[in-house]
Amino acid sequence: MDAYLAAIAIIALIYMLLSLGLTLQYGLTGLINFGHVGFFAIGAYTSALLSLQGLPLALTIPAAAVTAGLAAWPIGLISLRLRDDYFAIVTLGFSETVRLVITSEKWLTNGVQGIPGIPRLFETISVGIGAQLAVMGVILAVTLVAIYAMRRIVASPFGRVIEAIRDNEEALQALGKDPAGFKIQVLILGSALAGIAGAFYAHYITYIVPDQFIPLVTFYVWMAIIIGGVGRVSGAIVGTGLLMLFLEGSRFLRDIVPGVSEVEMASLRIGVVGLLLVLFTIYRPQGLMGDFTKR
Amino acid sequence: MSLQVTNISKAFGGFKALSGVSLEVPMGALVGLIGPNGAGKSTLFSVISGFMPPDEGAIGFDGRSLDGLNPAGRARTGLVRTFQVPREFAHLTVRENMMAAAPGQTGESLVGLFFRPGKVREEEERLAEAVSEVIRFLRLERVADEPAGKLSGGQKKLVELGRALLVEPRLILLDEPFAGVNPVLIGEIMERIRELNGRGIGFLVIEHDLEALTRLAPQLYVMDQGRILTMGAPDAVLADARVREAYLGGAV
Repeated sequence: MDAYLAAIAIIALIYMLLSLGLTLQYGLTGLINFGHVGFFAIGAYTSALLSLQGLPLALTIPAAAVTAGLAAWPIGLISLRLRDDYFAIVTLGFSETVRLVITSEKWLTNGVQGIPGIPRLFETISVGIGAQLAVMGVILAVTLVAIYAMRRIVASPFGRVIEAIRDNEEALQALGKDPAGFKIQVLILGSALAGIAGAFYAHYITYIVPDQFIPLVTFYVWMAIIIGGVGRVSGAIVGTGLLMLFLEGSRFLRDIVPGVSEVEMASLRIGVVGLLLVLFTIYRPQGLMGDFTKR
Repeated sequence: MSLQVTNISKAFGGFKALSGVSLEVPMGALVGLIGPNGAGKSTLFSVISGFMPPDEGAIGFDGRSLDGLNPAGRARTGLVRTFQVPREFAHLTVRENMMAAAPGQTGESLVGLFFRPGKVREEEERLAEAVSEVIRFLRLERVADEPAGKLSGGQKKLVELGRALLVEPRLILLDEPFAGVNPVLIGEIMERIRELNGRGIGFLVIEHDLEALTRLAPQLYVMDQGRILTMGAPDAVLADARVREAYLGGAV
């Protein structure tokens, strides 16, 4: 049971990194990124492949951040020329392209068979709860650093400008500031966070296949930040926590609710999340933590 | 030295929004631009501020051509516009709206933000003081820490003016500063514009409320159907038969 809870906590922390990245991009800057999972995948495959070449994880995980961040750069250049809705479509297309590329390029990624035997963090520590806790500690530390950095950004002149971009881009231009550079930085930073999340995921699960990187992952992250409160760091944290608790907790619900099969339960779960999303948008669009105005 | 608009034309499909518009605003002057709805005033502002490329013509400011500059680049030369429908940063407070406008902040770069925190803090303190002064000047103290989205239309116009002031403007293009503003506040805004003009900041003010603008600007341009009809002192302009016809449809 302890191991199970630790596993949930680790996955929740990984999703929290993803949520923080999207909070920076959408919540603060207003960039509608529907391709978050693409950068998560790039991070996962980068770190997995490099570590299997024998590189230490202390190098491959930062490398995952760098490749995911670099992949965001051209997307950022495109974003400057597109309206919000088109940008959303482009990012969605990007993440699906990433998935198709890793499915097809078998020489590199082993295609649909995926990559097994990815080294764990702290492989030298014997398997068991000790190793789990050590892994959790590392991811928690990285998440805390990310939260700290985000809070610094929110309270800074940089944060003021990206929120101004979200509220009215043309007004900012009329005041002599070019939104372009800010948007690109935000996309790179948020995607680098997704890349780190992907690397942790790969080294925790130890086996990655293209099917783990479907758009549903992106939309889980969207759900988390909408439930928690868009544009607030605390919203990303609370929303992710609640979503994970529900997704995992509902596994046990099946023991209580009779006559629901495993498959039905999986669909039911997504249905309930969808319903929650609708209810939130109608009755509390600012999310649990948001008041729309103050940080 | 002035804002020099030369022979600007702009068409949307078959509709000529601007045909050969020329005007000049000397540095430090307060010039009005009037005309009935649809005369092309706001289109002209969009062209001058770089949001819309003209089909023909040239814009010069302070002896330099603006033609190759984007909107942000033009604002940085000291030519700052406001919008007809206020474009406040709705979720930022009035104070933050103005702080966001100030140029050259170290904390706007991520490197500066994380590696020069001392300098950022010092700049923020200085900026906060400058912003407080602007807020006092515009009599916005009571709403200074409210989100700008919650203000009244007139207050939002003042926030836009305040933001423009933080950019260190030399000429402000004001788009209908009195539209939808209650009469008491109109008087206030006019007073502020006069004071700022007294400090050397030039204004080009669009307004279709003739009466308000004739009280404010010693010199008026009149536009109708994409052309400049005439220009001159308010009395002379109002006496012009063409102006009366444009406004009153020939009824007088």
